[in-house]
Amino acid sequence: MANDLGVSTTPAATPRLGSLKRLWPYIRPYRGLVLLTLFGALGATLVQIAIPLITQDVIDGPIADRDKSGLIPLGLLALAFGVAEALLFFLRRWAMTKSSLAMERDLRDHIYGHLLGLPVAFHDRWSSGQLLSRATSDVSSIRRFVGFSAIFLVVNIVSCIVIMVLLIGIYWPLGIFIAVSAIPLVVTGMRFERRYNLVSRQVQDQQGEIATDVEESVLGIRIIKALGRRGLVFGRFDSRAVQLQRLELGKVKLLAFIWAIFELQPQLVLAGVLVGGAFAVAGGAMTIGTLVSFIALFTVMVWPILSIGWLLASTLEAGTAADRIFELLDAQPTIVDTPGVRERRIGAGRLRLEAVGFGYPDAATPVLHDVDLEIAPGETIALVGATGSGKTTLTALIPRLYDVTAGRITIDGVDIRDLPVSQLRSQVATAFEDATLFSMSARENLTLGRPDATDDEVAEAIEVAQASFVHDLPWGLDTRLGEQGMSLSGGQRQRLALARAVLGRPTVLVLDDPLSALDVHTESLVEEALSRVLVRTTALVVAHRPSTVLLADRVALLEGGTITHIGRHSDLLATVPAYRSILSAESDGDGASQGRPRGDREPSSGGRQMQVEGVRR
Amino acid sequence: MTTQGDWRGIATEDVDDVSSQAGIFLRARSRRLLGELISPHRRQVRWLLLVIIVQNLAWLAGPWLVGLGIDNALPALMDDASVGPLIWIGSAMLVAAGLDAILRYAFLRRTGQIGQEMLLTLRRKVFSHVQRLPLAFHEHYTSGRVISRLTSDVDALNELLDEGLDGLLTALFSIMTIGIVLIVLDPPLGLVTMLAFPLLILLGRWFQTNSARAYRRTRETVAMVIVQFVESLGGIRAVQAFRREPRDTEIFRTLNEDNRKAQDRAFWLMSIFVPGVQLIGNLVTVGVLMYGAIRVMDGDMKLGVLAAFLLYVRRFFDPMSDVAMFYNSYQSAVAALEKLSGVLEEESSVPPARNPQPMRQAHGDVRFEGVEFGYAERTDASRERTLAGVNSDPIVLPDLDLHIPPGQTVALVGATGAGKSTLARLAGRFYDPRAGIVSLDGVDLRRLSDEDLRRAVVMVTQESFLFSGSVADNIGFGRPEASRSEIEHAARVIGADEFIQKLPEGYDTDVRKRGGRLSAGQRQLVSFARAFLADPAVLILDEATSSLDIPSERLVQRALRTILADRTAIIIAHRLSTVEIADRVLVMESGRLIEDGSPYDLLAGSGRFADLHTAWRDSLA
Ligand SMILES: Nc1ncnc2c1ncn2[C@@H]1O[C@H](COP(=O)(O)OP(=O)(O)OP(=O)(O)O)[C@@H](O)[C@H]1O
Ligand SMILES: Nc1ncnc2c1ncn2[C@@H]1O[C@H](COP(=O)(O)OP(=O)(O)OP(=O)(O)O)[C@@H](O)[C@H]1O
Ligand SMILES: [Mg+2]
Ligand SMILES: [Mg+2]
Repeated sequence: MANDLGVSTTPAATPRLGSLKRLWPYIRPYRGLVLLTLFGALGATLVQIAIPLITQDVIDGPIADRDKSGLIPLGLLALAFGVAEALLFFLRRWAMTKSSLAMERDLRDHIYGHLLGLPVAFHDRWSSGQLLSRATSDVSSIRRFVGFSAIFLVVNIVSCIVIMVLLIGIYWPLGIFIAVSAIPLVVTGMRFERRYNLVSRQVQDQQGEIATDVEESVLGIRIIKALGRRGLVFGRFDSRAVQLQRLELGKVKLLAFIWAIFELQPQLVLAGVLVGGAFAVAGGAMTIGTLVSFIALFTVMVWPILSIGWLLASTLEAGTAADRIFELLDAQPTIVDTPGVRERRIGAGRLRLEAVGFGYPDAATPVLHDVDLEIAPGETIALVGATGSGKTTLTALIPRLYDVTAGRITIDGVDIRDLPVSQLRSQVATAFEDATLFSMSARENLTLGRPDATDDEVAEAIEVAQASFVHDLPWGLDTRLGEQGMSLSGGQRQRLALARAVLGRPTVLVLDDPLSALDVHTESLVEEALSRVLVRTTALVVAHRPSTVLLADRVALLEGGTITHIGRHSDLLATVPAYRSILSAESDGDGASQGRPRGDREPSSGGRQMQVEGVRR
Repeated sequence: MTTQGDWRGIATEDVDDVSSQAGIFLRARSRRLLGELISPHRRQVRWLLLVIIVQNLAWLAGPWLVGLGIDNALPALMDDASVGPLIWIGSAMLVAAGLDAILRYAFLRRTGQIGQEMLLTLRRKVFSHVQRLPLAFHEHYTSGRVISRLTSDVDALNELLDEGLDGLLTALFSIMTIGIVLIVLDPPLGLVTMLAFPLLILLGRWFQTNSARAYRRTRETVAMVIVQFVESLGGIRAVQAFRREPRDTEIFRTLNEDNRKAQDRAFWLMSIFVPGVQLIGNLVTVGVLMYGAIRVMDGDMKLGVLAAFLLYVRRFFDPMSDVAMFYNSYQSAVAALEKLSGVLEEESSVPPARNPQPMRQAHGDVRFEGVEFGYAERTDASRERTLAGVNSDPIVLPDLDLHIPPGQTVALVGATGAGKSTLARLAGRFYDPRAGIVSLDGVDLRRLSDEDLRRAVVMVTQESFLFSGSVADNIGFGRPEASRSEIEHAARVIGADEFIQKLPEGYDTDVRKRGGRLSAGQRQLVSFARAFLADPAVLILDEATSSLDIPSERLVQRALRTILADRTAIIIAHRLSTVEIADRVLVMESGRLIEDGSPYDLLAGSGRFADLHTAWRDSLA
């Protein structure tokens, strides 16, 4: 009964806060420090109670006896207690700092590592702002909880219980009255919990939305400026910021309410104690001295009760933060090593797609179905298809950025799902259609996953991609690139991405439209250098232009989600009308303009093409 | 070989730790910002001060009434069984408690509101300022840092407002009143108490100088954590495909640990400062106790006074810790505000026109006169580096003269890195030239208002960035007031309608972040439709069809013939098929225009363009 208050404010009993329990593994390594924090906090509280007692002794002892020498030991004692209090205080803060910051770091590291391991499909769905706000502000709320709120919730509840027991011991009817008077607090606390949880969740989500908005508005700054849409973007941001403000105000309202209640209650109880105590004294059940000390003791309890409202809010906040974090941590990485896989020897790298099908998780119809393709070691296949036909999707299946939903992909006869993911990805290198560069040094961008690449390897990759421009950057390879490589020209970005892919001679090379941003001369230089690399690797090259197709030995035509034709470029051009319409420069039978200067710029294919091919092979 | 530290690479804007001189300047700047944020609420703050004083009185009335009750009402009850005084005092306590609670509620709500308004103002200010800053700024600042400014830095201020303000006011109020009471109660002892102040001030000074640096460091390190987080997750495909996870994890660990260390330092300072304040309080209390005891023994002072004095001394020093905590939050917020004010005071290298020349309807006459341009800003440091042999200030366009009459369609061709996009960006005033003038209809672009300029000149950039949101929203971005049918019309003209219709929710399909739901070609079509909808006088297409398949490209080109009929256009393309629709061809090499003429003439000649064209034709096989 006496610990009604205690139970009421220990929120672990409510299901919402279950996720706080799941934080234990992160706190565990620092449990010693957390205990020390608790010890410091409790100790300081005890000392705080002791200091007035010494005062009492001074007054009752030396002063009453006019004994100056008796003052000295008591003075030293008071000094010792004063210093001890400060030391305990320091101890608490120090231990709290060490434990909570280390826990915060661990949790954040863990979230980051977990996110890096989640499949691309997960990242497709989640906005980066939401991920970020969970890894930063939510983790910080948990830090505050572990380092402060949890500790003081315990300390305050313990002090309340202790004082309550003492009070009941002094005069039980009034003590019971105080215990019972905690019931309204419990009830409001519980009702408050539900509502507060809701808004605090909304606030945290909205903060994530704002972060997302900010990120987009910066990444898209070129577009915003190019179209002069600052106002529109600001409007979007503003409506979110205003919404956030509204939610925050809702939170303020609830908090102010709970504060006021927790502040009101002890004072009302005090009035009750005074009146009840007065009657008790009048009735002779209690002496005046007892009443005074009863009240004095009760006032010590006021502050702990009062702060419980605030601590409760902070705990609830940590609870929602933990919920949000575990939403991420509960997402299972789906593209992982199947149990028991071992590294296998990969030979020359014969790549086979067998009846491969793939659909994006939320799409009704699959993008790819029944794709069969075999690429021999050293062979290069060009993948040709209309815009949006699924070429990029197909290329993403090979390094297992997505897993096939039907059929299988093998390298040298081994299903790629039976290889360790890291081994697979070390064999397969991709140049994406957008360069995907980071604001790091050019070298780091080049050696992205292979920090151990030698200078010779780097030089070779640069040579193949004709990316020697990097040496002309202000600090050469050490120059930091702008975010997304924005301090480079389009063609420079693309060549850097290409160099990255060919670095270290992967067994399987996947190039997604690798030459689209290059001018004709550079293109032919790259092609020439690249063809030397391609004879050594198994390669799949997505192509939109005949010039790129020429890199390949054979061409696969992707149509309606599957590969309909495979053959040599010239054969397909001659026999497959669909292929001709996609790849032939000749406009769809619009021959009228041929022969005119304008039309002349659309060369007829036939002979010249054969000729070029002859030269190349 | 790279070592662990140098992955970021070198850039010009890296600055070392701020000097103390700069530190003072930064603090002044951030205080100014804080003042600016508070000033609209000054009157309300004054009111709140009153509220908090009354509320404190109500709060303090409780113990006083208890004393009164014990001294007066209790004897009355016991001696002549009169409940009157007790009821009186009981109800007075109820009233005081009610008043206290109500005022507290009102106070918290008002301060909360003011705080939230300040935050909103700050968010708006920073966001719109960042949007106004030129590309040159964004190229080095990175989105991650902007995010950290607008999230974690703003949060630091939020914390200050949250926990600080009301605690501070209450604390200061009680320190003041109790201080007065102490002095009045017994001047000599009061003076002993006041001895604490010099010590407190010394401690505060020490804390201020050290924590300013420490908190500054936390702001910087947390920004680095955010940058790494945002960028690596933004490029997750590359990260995974190239097995960068271990390295990124290692980098993140380092940054995260740096952040922990920085915070640890700040918290360490605090764990000395706050207990230090407590210690001073305790020492003074002991001093008062001893000195007071001696005085009482000497008969200079009554025992009751000493007892009261000691009780009050405790109450005097207790709120000091609150003030210390507030001071700590304040330091943290000031460091955040330093960063924010830094962004806010970042001046645009492309400043808006002072007295803009109005331009209702542009004709589209574009002129470059003696234009010189390089991306790096020319600073003393860069000049020094140039002397030292580091070519950090490459000139991209050395001296450009060009006139494009209204309605002309110009094809701009040339090797990659020649400076084509740069020329286009100057025409759209993404940057200002170092020398020379870029003008539209004879008006220097620097004298046009942003609005007029953006209406007149629109660019389809080489990167087709889409915003998350529906396809229709993205196309409508070109002209927000456009109706749905206009949007669909634009898509149809460009040839994007077909694929959009096939998306699960047609025009309402969410394209997801950065347009990830669409293929590269589809993204390009959407951004094309977006620019088309904007309907500008000058349209610049920078490699706008590079990712399209040939049939789509043809469709776009056919559309362009009609779209461009009455507009000035600059088309940058490596696939010379575009040249078909051009009236004029410019060939650029290393930032210079080396050929200029009609396609027929150039083709007939034997210059660069004729070369390029032959090579291109050969490549078409
Ligand atoms: N993450 C995704 N979720 C759902 N659908 C997607 C996603 N990415 C692409 N799609 C859809 O799948 C189809 C194939 O896209 P993909 O990027 O593979 O085309 P592509 O052949 O590479 O085209 P392009 O030549 O334009 O690059 C498109 O219709 C596209 O809208
Ligand atoms: N934001 C920037 N900051 C610094 N240097 C830049 C920036 N943008 C481009 N450059 C440099 O300026 C030069 C010209 O670049 P620009 O983008 O104008 O070339 P481009 O002709 O458009 O080439 P591409 O055909 O490859 O797109 C290049 O050397 C490039 O590295
Ligand atoms: Mg693609
Ligand atoms: Mg360019």
